Parts: sequence; structure tokens; C-alpha cells
Amino acid sequence: MSRPTVSDPAVDGAHAGIRDREGALAKLMIAPAILYIVAMIGVPFVLSILYSLSDATTGDPSIRIVGLRNFAAALKDPVFRLSLWNTVLFTLVSQCFVVLLSRLLATALLKQFRGKWIVRFLIMLPWTAPISLGTIGWLWMFDSIFSPIDWVLRYVGLLGAPGALLGAGTNLYYLGIPGLAISSVILVDIWRILPLATVIQLAGLSSIPRDLLEAAEVDGATPWRRTLMITIPLTLPITSIAFLFGVVFTFTDLVVVYVLTRGGPVNTTQVLSTWTFFRGIEGGNLAEGAAISLFMFPLLAAVAFLILRAARRTEVV
Amino acid sequence: MPNARKIAGRGGLYTLLGMFVFFSAFPFYWMVIATFKTDHDLFTPLNNPFLFNEPATLDHLKLLFFDTHYLTYLWNTLAVGLVVVVITLIVAVPAAYALARWARGWGEMLGIGIFLTYLVPPTILFIPLARFTAFLGLQESLWSLILVYPTFTIPFCTWLLMGFFKTIPKDIEEQAMIDGLSRFGAMWKVVLPLSISGVLTVVVFAFTLSMHEFIYALTFISVSVKKTVSIGVPEELVRGDVFQWGPLMAGALVASLPVAIVYTFFLDRFVAGFTMGAVK
Repeated sequence: MSRPTVSDPAVDGAHAGIRDREGALAKLMIAPAILYIVAMIGVPFVLSILYSLSDATTGDPSIRIVGLRNFAAALKDPVFRLSLWNTVLFTLVSQCFVVLLSRLLATALLKQFRGKWIVRFLIMLPWTAPISLGTIGWLWMFDSIFSPIDWVLRYVGLLGAPGALLGAGTNLYYLGIPGLAISSVILVDIWRILPLATVIQLAGLSSIPRDLLEAAEVDGATPWRRTLMITIPLTLPITSIAFLFGVVFTFTDLVVVYVLTRGGPVNTTQVLSTWTFFRGIEGGNLAEGAAISLFMFPLLAAVAFLILRAARRTEVV
Repeated sequence: MPNARKIAGRGGLYTLLGMFVFFSAFPFYWMVIATFKTDHDLFTPLNNPFLFNEPATLDHLKLLFFDTHYLTYLWNTLAVGLVVVVITLIVAVPAAYALARWARGWGEMLGIGIFLTYLVPPTILFIPLARFTAFLGLQESLWSLILVYPTFTIPFCTWLLMGFFKTIPKDIEEQAMIDGLSRFGAMWKVVLPLSISGVLTVVVFAFTLSMHEFIYALTFISVSVKKTVSIGVPEELVRGDVFQWGPLMAGALVASLPVAIVYTFFLDRFVAGFTMGAVK
């Protein structure tokens, strides 16, 4: 408990006496936050593990430990396996796009141009507006009859005429056909996280010392070389932070799939969070729901570890 | 030659930005269109969907505000959000101040630990918390949301405020204490006014995070008049299988815009929290 010495000698004596009282005060001020977090995050988390090892249902929520039965049952269930696969697939595909697009967008936003605030406001909308409401907008765009995408495709002759490239039917049924439904969910996932990743990337790009880039330019480094040798290495930690937060938010998200498809058609877009909800809450099987949700935990723990490591590296820079 | 190149560069920049703006904002433009279109115009497949083929109408907004529980949803959202903001401030401000001021090694660790609990997702916690609120007799009550929402506002806001308090030099309050103020007095009269922008940021985030929340509200509340906007609009404005797209889009738009405008102003600070304050 070393305290940097205060230069004023008059204060030094007074400090020694106050220090104990301040220690107590500090604990008192931190206590409510810790107590709340333990009670409302820590205890429920332990409870979730206990549920997953029990046979609790909404009808009989008492916890009787039955071992790993729920995990075994989940692993045998083809819908669960599909959910696990989808969760990983949606997350990885969407976040790879997000990293590339957000870097491109951040580079553009770094430039000076007129009307920047309105451009920024519009680009940030998917993150700043409530996600369930934004997704409702997409639901209407993917409508099976009135989709504007279909209208454009019909208008340019790619759809709805005999011999058209995308078929003679009038509509593509974005949320009704497995492949299209999966692509639609991934698209909305990208749309949702892009603004957040862009702002994080912007922070990283604007933190590069300008004189470093100028010095390289004076030394005759081409723009490509400057990007490759200075910008990318210096912003790598913050890019990985953007990626990792995108992974956390997409991996655990329920809203996009719930609002767009409810996991359909026939569970082909089901993810861990929606399957947890349908089994655990709507199906009333608390034990199985808890077991399904806990499959998210190993990845989250790994991501948390990586975020901390990346954050430490940014501080070094 | 360089001039032509500059113009080409500008053109490229605007095209790129235009594409991104289109991608991000189109769903909201789509809401605007649907909000003011007549049903007949909306549901004629041959009409150009991007334009008004018939005169605009306020019917959907009228229906939304007078014939649905929309105003109740807005009110519920506001009430829950405000109470959550107050709870968050009461808990997070002292904790963040103490962690930033008195803590050395263990305080930093504790701060990071608190932040990491933000990464425990509602999708893991909602089953036990649903039992918990049922046990307390709070199901179908807005109090269940008020009790649970600080699980994501407190960890994040404590972390954010910790960063803010650290930027205020210690000398200022030490000087105030030499001038005769108590530690508490110095905190209240000197430090807090200086960190007003940090506190404001926390107010905005606690409110927007509460307003965006979906899964707890979906799990705890099923009575229509107790719903918040984020579940009320997608769940209740759909009657059976009939989607009333006009009012539905109007409802999504009206609730989205104000919060999005305020949030945009504070986004940079929010992100500074994510990057652990590593980027100044």
C-alpha cells in the first residue's frame, strides 16, 4: 500500500491518520456495486450451472441433481447441434465481413468532408436504434410478397419472367428458404455490428502519430507500404478488440434470429440463444435450457481472455 | 493532373460513403415510407415501393397512438429507463470514484473484474433470473426489469466512470481538502462538477441500454400493457398472422429516432470504454 508522497509537508502528517478511515470509506463505497454484482450475476450464474445438472422444469423448479444428463441429451439432439454450428457460422462469417468493411468505412470517415455529422448519424443508426426495432425494418424488407428487393429484381428482369436468371416466380422468399434465411440473418448481423466496429477502428486509426506517417512519406514509402508497415501493425490490437466485441455481441444475440425467423424454416437458422429460449422458457424445461446456454461459456471465457491481452498490448503502444 | 486525381479521389470517397449510408440507413428509410403510405399503396405489388403512388397519410400514426398500447409502451420504457439510471448512478458513481482514487493494484484488478461481468450475457442469465423474479413475485411487473437491468448497466458504467475519474488530477481535490473541505465535500463539490460529462454519458448509456434490452423483457413480461417498446412493437402490433406494416413501421421509427440522435453524440465515449481507455 505505498502512496506517492505529497509534496506539501503540512498534509503528510494529516494523511497518516486519515488513511485508515479512507480505506474503510473506499470499501463502503465499492460494497453496493460488488454486492449487487454477486447477487444478480454471480448467484444466477451458479444457479444456471445447478439447473443444468438438475431436472428442473417450470412446473417443478426444485433442483434435484441428476448429473450430466442434460448435456448428453443436448449433444444428441440434432437441433442443438445445428444451433451450435449456426451460432459459430453466423458469428465468424459476419464478423470477418465486419472487420474488413469497418476498416474501409473508418478510413473514409477519417477524411474531411461536408455533412459529416449526418453521414455519421445515418451510419450509426443500426447500433444506436433499438435492435429489435431495426430488425423489424428488415423483416418488412424480406417480406414474402412486398419485398422491395424482389421488386427491384423483377424491375430489372432478373426475377418473375419465364427464363429469368433467378427464376420465374414473383418472389424469392428470403426467410422461407434455408440458404436464403441463413444469408439474411448473417446480413442483418453484419449490419448491426458494423457501426460499433467502425467507431472502434476510427479510434485506433486516429491514434496513430501523424509525424510517423509523414516521416515515412518523406523517406519515400509508398501509401501501400505505409499501410502495411505502420497502420496495420499499430492498429492490430484495436482491430482485434473490435473483432472480439463483435464476436461476443453476435454470438450471444437472440434478437436478430428471434425477430426474423424464430429459428425457422424448420430450425435451420436456430442458434444457441434462441434454442435456449424455446426449450428453457417456452418449452418449460429449465434444466435443458440452462445446459444449452452454458455451451456459450467456454467461447466467452476465451474471448474475455483475448480482449484483456489485446487491451494490454494497446496500452504498450 | 493532380487536380483531376483529387476530384476522382473525392468522387470515390463519396461513392463509398454513399454505399455505406444506403446499407445502414435503408431499413429506416423503409420505415419512413411505410409510416406515411396508405394501405392500398403499400399492398399493391405492382406499385413502385420506393415512392408515394398515392397521397401520403397520417392514418398509421393515428392508429398507432390512439388504437394500440403504443403510448403505454413508451411510458413503460421511460419509467424503467429512468429508475435504472438513478440506481446505476447511486451504485456506480461511488464505486468508480473509490476504485479510481484509492485503489492500487487490487483496485485495477477489481475494476477489470467488474467490467468482465458485463461480458456474461443475458442469454446465460435469463433462465435463473426468471426464476428469481418469479420467486420474488415480480413476474408481469416492471419492477422485475428495474431489478435486473442494472446487471448490464452497473458493470459497464462503473468501468466508464473509473476512466473519467482517473483523468481528474488528484491535486485538485487535495487542494480543496487543504482548504478545509472533507473528502466527501471534495468529491461532491469539486470532483463531481468536473466529471459532469462522464456522469451524463452514464445517464445516456444506462437509459439506452435499458431501452434496447429485449430478452429479459420478453421472458419476464407477457401482459400487453406492461411491455416496453422493444418487445411491445414486434410482439403486440402483429395481430395474429396479420402484420399491420404501416403502424408497425411507424412504431419502430418513432421510438428509434430520438434515442439514436442522443446516443450518436455520446458514442465516442462509449467506445472509449470498450477499448479500455487505451486509446486517448
